[in-house]
Amino acid sequence: MKLSLGPAQYFWPRDRALAFYRAAVHWPLDIIYLGETVCSKRRELGTGDWIDLASELAESGKQIVLSSLALIEAESELGVLKRLIEHGDCWIEANDLSAVQLCRERRVPFVGGPSLNVYNHAALAMLCDDGLRRWVPGVEQGAALIRELRDAARTAGLGLPEIEVIAYGRLPLSWSARCFTARAHDLPKDQCGFRCIDYPDGLPLATRDGAPFLRINGIQILGEEVTDLGPELPGLRELGVDILRLYPNADGMADVVAHFDRARASSLPLPAIGARNGYWHGEPGMRRAG
Amino acid sequence: MQLVCPAGNLPALQAAIDAGADAVYAGFRDQTNARAFAGLNFSDDELRAGIAYAHARGRKVYLALNTYPDSARLAQWFAAVDKAASLGCDAIIAAEMAVLDYAARTHPRLPRHLSVQGSATTAPALRYMHERFGIARAVLPRVLAIGQVERLCESAPVPIEVFAFGSLCIMVEGRCQLSSYVTGASPNRHGVCSPAKFVRWHESADGHRSVHLNDVLIDEYEPEEAAGYPTVCKGRFDVRGEIFHALEEPTSLNTLELLPRLAQAGVAALKIEGRQRGVAYVSSVTRTWRAAIDTYYAADASAWSVQAAWLKSLAAHAEGQQTTLGPYHRHWH
Repeated sequence: MKLSLGPAQYFWPRDRALAFYRAAVHWPLDIIYLGETVCSKRRELGTGDWIDLASELAESGKQIVLSSLALIEAESELGVLKRLIEHGDCWIEANDLSAVQLCRERRVPFVGGPSLNVYNHAALAMLCDDGLRRWVPGVEQGAALIRELRDAARTAGLGLPEIEVIAYGRLPLSWSARCFTARAHDLPKDQCGFRCIDYPDGLPLATRDGAPFLRINGIQILGEEVTDLGPELPGLRELGVDILRLYPNADGMADVVAHFDRARASSLPLPAIGARNGYWHGEPGMRRAG
Repeated sequence: MQLVCPAGNLPALQAAIDAGADAVYAGFRDQTNARAFAGLNFSDDELRAGIAYAHARGRKVYLALNTYPDSARLAQWFAAVDKAASLGCDAIIAAEMAVLDYAARTHPRLPRHLSVQGSATTAPALRYMHERFGIARAVLPRVLAIGQVERLCESAPVPIEVFAFGSLCIMVEGRCQLSSYVTGASPNRHGVCSPAKFVRWHESADGHRSVHLNDVLIDEYEPEEAAGYPTVCKGRFDVRGEIFHALEEPTSLNTLELLPRLAQAGVAALKIEGRQRGVAYVSSVTRTWRAAIDTYYAADASAWSVQAAWLKSLAAHAEGQQTTLGPYHRHWH
């Protein structure tokens, strides 16, 4: 099993982001995803910086993938997407249909990111025709759905791409035209002051009775719980999962990667270091019990 | 500009047609559509009757098949496409690639509209759906500002339909997991958001009420305070020590004042949300929009203005009696 570092979901200062990746390149990872997937206003690292960083990190021999925005609204955002694709040296993680089409038109291989809606083998086969080489199922696609999809593909005589499952981190749940971080500061989105930079792990949102519930991350909402599929590793192997995706937290990621590196080398499941992911078991994503 | 109105059941369909809808959209009574609520939607016989009613008056019926089947359930969605074709629907509204592909291959003369659940926000995304599945129209997610809608109308390979009025999804449609995170039931897979069976209201002796969704506190209300349906996105939460509608207030989208710009941009159809609403809503909202559109095309376009009576009527049917221009207006973002 390979380990991947998913695209950083939060907005970090330039120096912090560069230091993070220059350390990560020495961790026991096989794949590193780079790029801004949430908000095009976040430019501590610009498009050129991400491309340069991709070239620099690629010298390590790890596979570097450039991830696209999940929600594209403006022409300028399409322009960035074209630059990433036409850079040419990297696969693209396509996080919406715009990226799928632009990769398809330019015959660039792509990873189908978790915010593409792929729920069955027939859709996946069509995307494979378009150039999809790896599939990251969405957060609500649990073990049973993936097993059904795998079996249906086999029955239909269809090949499957690599499958990469979100094994660790806060789950991305939704995106909006509105910026919720700006809203929480009573600021218009156009004058947000880049407040996301003050919340390197997102801005906590709790229920009125004080229970931690969600994380606000600009225009994105994440689940509060840092989920961990480490204890499910034997099942993931049986299912044919090729890659475990670890979403970066602001701190402690070296230890997380080391933990999963031990886990993949062990035949026994390691103890949990995060919350149970209910989605994987066909339950509400946030439920811990059971 | 066509007026496309919601039909949650046969009386609503007839009310929408009578009030001047050019087309209505409806769904089968199962999880193949994104309003799979108990007591809503159409049996085969009801849909047949509805189509006859609409066609007799020169109007159209579109069938929403806009959820995402997993591999094991694909056959059920394909059967629904077959049924839509055999009953004589004028188009299907679908989002999922395998469903669109099946429809294109099996019933090429049945027009395919891309559902809002398809989450296509750009010209390349629409190009994909057009080249791949020959969509004849696309419904845009409620995320673009009016200027972006205008530009997309110029570059899109297919005619555009936009939401004009009704409850407002704050999140990009087709990619929101807030309901499934809390309840396990999702709009994409099960055709429901925050289903009623997970909702629990509690009223204390002093009249204070609270509402939980699968044991997650969504909001609390003072004795006289108006309370809305508890979706996660419209609850009040604690962020930075303040309690407020952190994601969105209970309010409805109303684009009436944008009607001239939408018409001039070449928008093909205006969609009214609300298959879960009753006959009174459908009838009144349809009548108001019919009047507004007809007045626009009858008059010198530059002389058209929003009439106070229209706004009053629409506000009466809005969530929380409030309306917003929502994402069409930059300041909302």
